[in-house]
Amino acid sequence: MRLELRGITKRFGALVANDHIDLVVEPGEIHCLLGENGAGKSTLMNVLYGLYTADEGEILLDDAVQDFEGPGDAMAAGIGMVHQHFMLVPVFTVAENVMLGNESTRSGGVLDLDDARAKVNEISARFGFHVDPDAVVEDLPVGVQQRVEIIKALSRDADVIVFDEPTAVLTPQETDELMGIMRQLRDEGAAIVFITHKLREVREVADRITVVRHGKIVGEASPGATDAQLASLMVGRAVELTVRKGEPRLRENALEVADLEVVGPDGQVLVDRVSFSVRGGEVLVVAGVQGNGQTELTEALLGLQDQVRGSVRLDGAELVGRSVRQILQAGVGFVPEDRNTDGLVGEFTISENLVLDRIDGPPFVRRGNLQLAARDRFAREKVAEFDVRTQGIETRVGRLSGGNQQKVVLARELSRDLRLFVAAQPTRGVDVGSIEFIHKRIVETRDTGIPVVVVSTELDEAVALADRIMVMYRGRVVGIVPATTPRDTLGLMMAGIAPENEGDAA
Amino acid sequence: MSGETPGARPDGPPDNTLDEALESVDPQAEPGLAEELQQEVAREQVAVVPDTGARWRDALRRATSGGWVVALGAIVLAVVAGSILIVVTDEDVQAAAPYFFARPGDTLAAVGQAVGGAYSALFQGAVYNFGADSFAAGIRPLTQTLTNATPLIAAGLGVALAFRAGLFNIGGQGQMLMAATAAGWIGFGVTGLPFPWHMLLCLVAGVAAGALWAGIAGLLKARTGAHEVIVTIMLNYVAFYLLSYFLATPGLMQAPGSANPKTPPMQDSAVLPPLLGDQYNLHWGFVLSLVAVVYVWWLLNRSSTGFTFRAVGENPKAARVAGIDVSRTTVLVMLVAGGLVGLAGAQQVLGTVTTGFSADIDAGIGFDAITVALLGGSSPWGVLGAGILFGGFKAGGSAMQAAEGIPIEIVLVVQSLIVLFIAAPPLVRAIFRLPQPDGRRRPRRAKPTTVTEGQV
Repeated sequence: MRLELRGITKRFGALVANDHIDLVVEPGEIHCLLGENGAGKSTLMNVLYGLYTADEGEILLDDAVQDFEGPGDAMAAGIGMVHQHFMLVPVFTVAENVMLGNESTRSGGVLDLDDARAKVNEISARFGFHVDPDAVVEDLPVGVQQRVEIIKALSRDADVIVFDEPTAVLTPQETDELMGIMRQLRDEGAAIVFITHKLREVREVADRITVVRHGKIVGEASPGATDAQLASLMVGRAVELTVRKGEPRLRENALEVADLEVVGPDGQVLVDRVSFSVRGGEVLVVAGVQGNGQTELTEALLGLQDQVRGSVRLDGAELVGRSVRQILQAGVGFVPEDRNTDGLVGEFTISENLVLDRIDGPPFVRRGNLQLAARDRFAREKVAEFDVRTQGIETRVGRLSGGNQQKVVLARELSRDLRLFVAAQPTRGVDVGSIEFIHKRIVETRDTGIPVVVVSTELDEAVALADRIMVMYRGRVVGIVPATTPRDTLGLMMAGIAPENEGDAA
Repeated sequence: MSGETPGARPDGPPDNTLDEALESVDPQAEPGLAEELQQEVAREQVAVVPDTGARWRDALRRATSGGWVVALGAIVLAVVAGSILIVVTDEDVQAAAPYFFARPGDTLAAVGQAVGGAYSALFQGAVYNFGADSFAAGIRPLTQTLTNATPLIAAGLGVALAFRAGLFNIGGQGQMLMAATAAGWIGFGVTGLPFPWHMLLCLVAGVAAGALWAGIAGLLKARTGAHEVIVTIMLNYVAFYLLSYFLATPGLMQAPGSANPKTPPMQDSAVLPPLLGDQYNLHWGFVLSLVAVVYVWWLLNRSSTGFTFRAVGENPKAARVAGIDVSRTTVLVMLVAGGLVGLAGAQQVLGTVTTGFSADIDAGIGFDAITVALLGGSSPWGVLGAGILFGGFKAGGSAMQAAEGIPIEIVLVVQSLIVLFIAAPPLVRAIFRLPQPDGRRRPRRAKPTTVTEGQV
């Protein structure tokens, strides 16, 4: 089915989120909508899906004008949507989720689960999804949950499928699999709209690329365009995609981890006798597919894991067995992987969040009293220094965009006197402009002469930031290699295959 | 661009200025800012609740984040609903209603009289009695209101403080009973201590007993993860039957020579002195409640301890990563909350009922405190207002019954309706057409439902 958007305009007050957008998606093509966070991509798709009503313009399917009152109409017309945040009921089975909103019943109002099961199996077999219709959704890995969303769309005979930032929650492997699924859908004749801000994915899978900026279409690009071309089109200025950094100047101070073992609550070994050392003035990137022990490793460094054996020495002092507070006081800066649950209190203001881990004494607390004036002065300074885009320091952090939230976390952690900096997935869910900024700050931190540990699942980031790369697989260190190691080798290492000259750089 | 707006208000998040800011920004001139603002609007509409996995916590936030406008709306709705009940149950109205179409004036007059009389009686019973001979007698209802409010405020603070730290203190009854037991036992049992010291000792004992009783729930939660709702509720029973046993056992707390489960009267040296002279019931406990209000305000808004309380309440995971000891905080919160409820228990036996008490000394205040905390939006000043309001309902309720023959139950229905409406802020907002904070329940056509722009 051919989808055409004609002159779609959507205003929120004085702000034009979509400004006369024209878009044509042909059947059998993957059309990429590329743009920064807030560029208006999702607004456009929500108009298409009937969640918003456009102020101007029309939606055409096979040249017939549509008038969607809500998602139900859009679905009935053959539009399916795979949201970034899955719209699944976690405690329902796959089949139950697929039939939800479209329940077929036998006589007497009994749900016809067999019918749904058959549908799941049929679609699953057609695309090689390997999804068990009776599995409970919350037990499934994220990548499989996404497939359930896709099955849900397909079960309603969707001919136009919109993927809204689908890779944000996926591992590189799952991303590759998703790309495969999208190609397969295209080859079956579906019209695919793929919304993203990740350049690599765009070039890999897109047949056509439309770039959106500030609610307007600013250009089309061919899949052959370079990253730099796409990025500058998207951001509106030349973007530094590579991280500019000099040779590391190593110092004597160091983080030394020896035989570190982390055991999970169920008794499984999450980090398996990991040993490495990071000298002052260098960045060690811990690479690997998500869920191979990197998270637990960083948590163990900060004292957040309960069952830890082995030793973590920072400048000679043992950290294992100390409380989180003591470790923070020893000069460890920590950017957690999930800033919303672990890094920030969403209901607190920016200034409150900026002192969240600094309330045990001066300058922000004196004799049990919060020093509000000092705190707010500090907050204003940091908001300016870290370029946090906000209305004011009293804005609740939950209201900020991902990039700005991350800047708040970074500002808090980097403004203490640090002797070690640990950042887990510092640029996940962050726009291109902020990524540039965050990378710059990480390199600057390295150059102050402290050891820096960065966890990243994105190979590009790992290569760009690292002085050395440590690859983890199933809780073990596969190898520690220089940042100049070829990508193929790193890719193999991420799958658990050790390089032949292992240990050279360590 | 630092993003600082010069006119940003110094305190409180700028809730309603976002739309205004959006209006004032020219997207052509400042695309970056406009984009950010739009994201912020989107964020507001999506109502980002950090997924802490705690549904209770979310429900709690919803119930307490209503704001004073919603509280006022709830009161108005409840009063309207109460009026209907008064009208329906009024005998004159019932008598006039059958010939409504023949002479509607009779029915309407009866309705007016019933409602007007009822609320006039409520006002005269709770604030000022216009029928009294002198000002001193006329103001008596207000002092009775404040007397009733005294333990409600203290216990309400205890519940509100726990709410702010993400804990449901349903154990107000048990904490009050234990506090009354400790304060009362020392109040009648210890002899020879002079006036202020005896009273202070009783107060301290009461506060400590309440703190310890709540602390048990805090400790169990911190150590074993036992849910504080269940533990505090069960501790209510434990406290009640423990006190009943003490009261029924000669030689423990039962008054000598009596078969009733009741203590002897408090000694004069242990009693909270009257605040405005002997002709009123109002005692110095009210001042203690006011001090407690100021203390809780300071604790929550100006102290580092309160900062950790709120951080743990809003997002315990982030608090833990920031080096806050969540277990320790949980215990501490329950200790302070229990202490405040304990103050209410001590006020009851040392100020309001000094002639000896039985196992119903809590008078339902432990549960009313939950209502007071909710109505007050879990803020100390809100609790003060809500406590006085409920004190007024209690004082005026008896007057309504005496003067107008309105069953006391109707007053209680009004009270309960207030809570019901408070717990459903979207309902109140919808009825009064107030803006919804998360935009989800706005009419779809008028305003967008969700914007998933960008990543969360």
